[in-house]
Amino acid sequence: MSFQVPIGPQHPALKEPISLRMTVEGEVITDVDIRLGYNHRGLEKLAEEKNWIQNIYLVERICGICSHSHATCYVQGVEKLMELAPPRRGLYIRYLVSELERIHSHLLWLGVAGHEAGFDSFFMYTWRDREIVMDLLEMISGNRVHYAINTLGGVRRDLDEGQKAKILEGMVTLRKRSEYYFHIGANEPSFVGRIAGVGLLPKDKVVALCAVGPTARASGWARDVRKEDPYAVYGELDFEVATADTCDVLGRVVVRVKELLESYKLCEQMVRNLPAGDIAVKAPRKVKPGEVVSRYEAPRGENIHYIKANGTDKPERLKVRAPTLANYPATVEMLRKGFIADIPLIFAAIDPCICCAERAVTLVKAGSGEESVVRMSDLRRQAIARHQNAPVKRNAVWPL
Amino acid sequence: MAVVRTLLYLVVYPGLLFLFVYSTFCEWFDRKVYARLQNRMGPTHTGRFGLLQPIADFFKLMAKEDIVPEASDKRLFTVLPIIGLAVVSTAGLLLPVWNFDLANPGLTSFSGDIIVVLYLLSLPTLILFLAAWSSTNPFSTIGGARVLTMLFGYEVPLFLTILSPAILADSWRLAEIAAFYQAKPLLLLTNLLGFLVAVIAVQAKLERTPFDIPHAETEIVGGTFTEYSGKKLALFRLTFDIELVISSGLLATVFLGGFPGGAVVGFIHFVVKTLFVIFLLSLLRALTSRIRIDQVVSFAWKYLAPLAVLQLLVAILLKGLLS
Repeated sequence: MSFQVPIGPQHPALKEPISLRMTVEGEVITDVDIRLGYNHRGLEKLAEEKNWIQNIYLVERICGICSHSHATCYVQGVEKLMELAPPRRGLYIRYLVSELERIHSHLLWLGVAGHEAGFDSFFMYTWRDREIVMDLLEMISGNRVHYAINTLGGVRRDLDEGQKAKILEGMVTLRKRSEYYFHIGANEPSFVGRIAGVGLLPKDKVVALCAVGPTARASGWARDVRKEDPYAVYGELDFEVATADTCDVLGRVVVRVKELLESYKLCEQMVRNLPAGDIAVKAPRKVKPGEVVSRYEAPRGENIHYIKANGTDKPERLKVRAPTLANYPATVEMLRKGFIADIPLIFAAIDPCICCAERAVTLVKAGSGEESVVRMSDLRRQAIARHQNAPVKRNAVWPL
Repeated sequence: MAVVRTLLYLVVYPGLLFLFVYSTFCEWFDRKVYARLQNRMGPTHTGRFGLLQPIADFFKLMAKEDIVPEASDKRLFTVLPIIGLAVVSTAGLLLPVWNFDLANPGLTSFSGDIIVVLYLLSLPTLILFLAAWSSTNPFSTIGGARVLTMLFGYEVPLFLTILSPAILADSWRLAEIAAFYQAKPLLLLTNLLGFLVAVIAVQAKLERTPFDIPHAETEIVGGTFTEYSGKKLALFRLTFDIELVISSGLLATVFLGGFPGGAVVGFIHFVVKTLFVIFLLSLLRALTSRIRIDQVVSFAWKYLAPLAVLQLLVAILLKGLLS
């Protein structure tokens, strides 16, 4: 018996709205269809209305978890357009926050993976330890989520000796705990039984479908912008690109834990070798006409911002390609022929950030399923007409 | 007078009221152990140490809006939670902790009551399947199919392991089995393997992690309970709590020497031993992740069933040696 199971737009496994339409035969998935567009926010259009400085704080709000990734990716691009060279101390602090963000994102993901597999103890433990890095971020920037530490030409806050000591202390604790989680994640029989061999994605498929980040690295494809196109400080630092060759969810867990350990190493190096000097230089208000593509290795994979300037104090166009979008085609491939029980695990394994990747909406007639393209003014007219014909709203009455 | 006694027996102790209070206490204990193992506090606010939290949850659910889906079989959908509760409460009357006389079998303790308890503990599974099927939701339907698939995995090992101590004791009456092991406590050690298998099988029967597959929330939303809300869901949850108490009580009777020493001491035995079994179940719940339905069936038949047969062989051989 074959029937459709709708996973989403509202589903306990999904923290954000997306629609995965699964055609299943018993417990086996035969076909997958992903529909996006439930959470479009019009950020790119909004960016054209705001000036270069305001946009830092706008793009930071593209994502709640990799907020610093988007802000840094944008700032890198604008600095290139402005031909600004931020002081090295500023860069070190900026990328220190990047690595701390990677740590918090990966710890969060480990917990989510545990929860999706029904391993709630793992979830509770990793999220407890995530608090350590969240506190460090709050200490450095004043905020837990949107750090707002970037500015054009550097960063906004400096580090003092006490803070440096606290960061190093936090890294020691976190390294010890992460090694324990590595042990659990790779050895606990019921957990490994759930994730080993699930969501297979061979290397040739990774290349063909342009997967990015830990998803690609878990299939043995060592793509990492930090290594292959070292930006800012990464050329001076010593770290390895973590890979695994099992091509499954287990590999993605292993890659992320290895990356955690690499990030601790990077943070320690950056704190120890923090150069003296200023943290920022003054940036001009306007930008010469030109265009730039900025690449950044976010926790989820390669993040790309395309920025076009027309000589004013506002961008003419900002295009954001979040890493999640690049991983959707691979997800469809991974889900096919899997079990229903594996859907949340496979989907969570790409660490989806759904509303980061929303760049369009589709208008679908609820009755017929017919799709259409409508001008904004028409849509507005329709809304007004509909509102006028709607019955008068009364106060809601709660039946007892 | 006899009528009043019977009524009190059914409604107050050890009937519904006692089962309600004790099962909510066991749920509190389970939640607290689970939370402490996860570095959390667990319930703290309602009542002292959060003891009243499960009762508060129950009454809150009772007061919630109760929705019956249009497409469901309405009569079946409504009546199933009540039947489930009735069935497990009936099983509760048969545990040999109260009101039995070894010499005179009565209505609550008779030869063959171990089979009746096992039967009554199997019924909730079928009721869950029917509930899932009658709610006609795709998630429920999948959940219902999973309930039945799992049943084929754990039921046989559970029966084999629970019946092998009975074979050794040469009785089908719970009170007599317990009395046999109270007389020869060393023989309990020979049933240790069976106890472990039975704990795992009971975990599966109660649908707790790693066997919470029929209502795995990240996969199939509420699974069997997706369409249930309000009073009906509250009754289902109570059913599971009582089933937890009865199953652990059954394991304690068969594998841990029952509840000797009259009304008061026997009752203390009952509390300590059931809490010990529930502690083991909570430990298992905290330490594992949910496995897949095919893994449950293969695990049950590759490991649990052979171990259960081994336990049966041990019991039979030992019985030959002893006689």
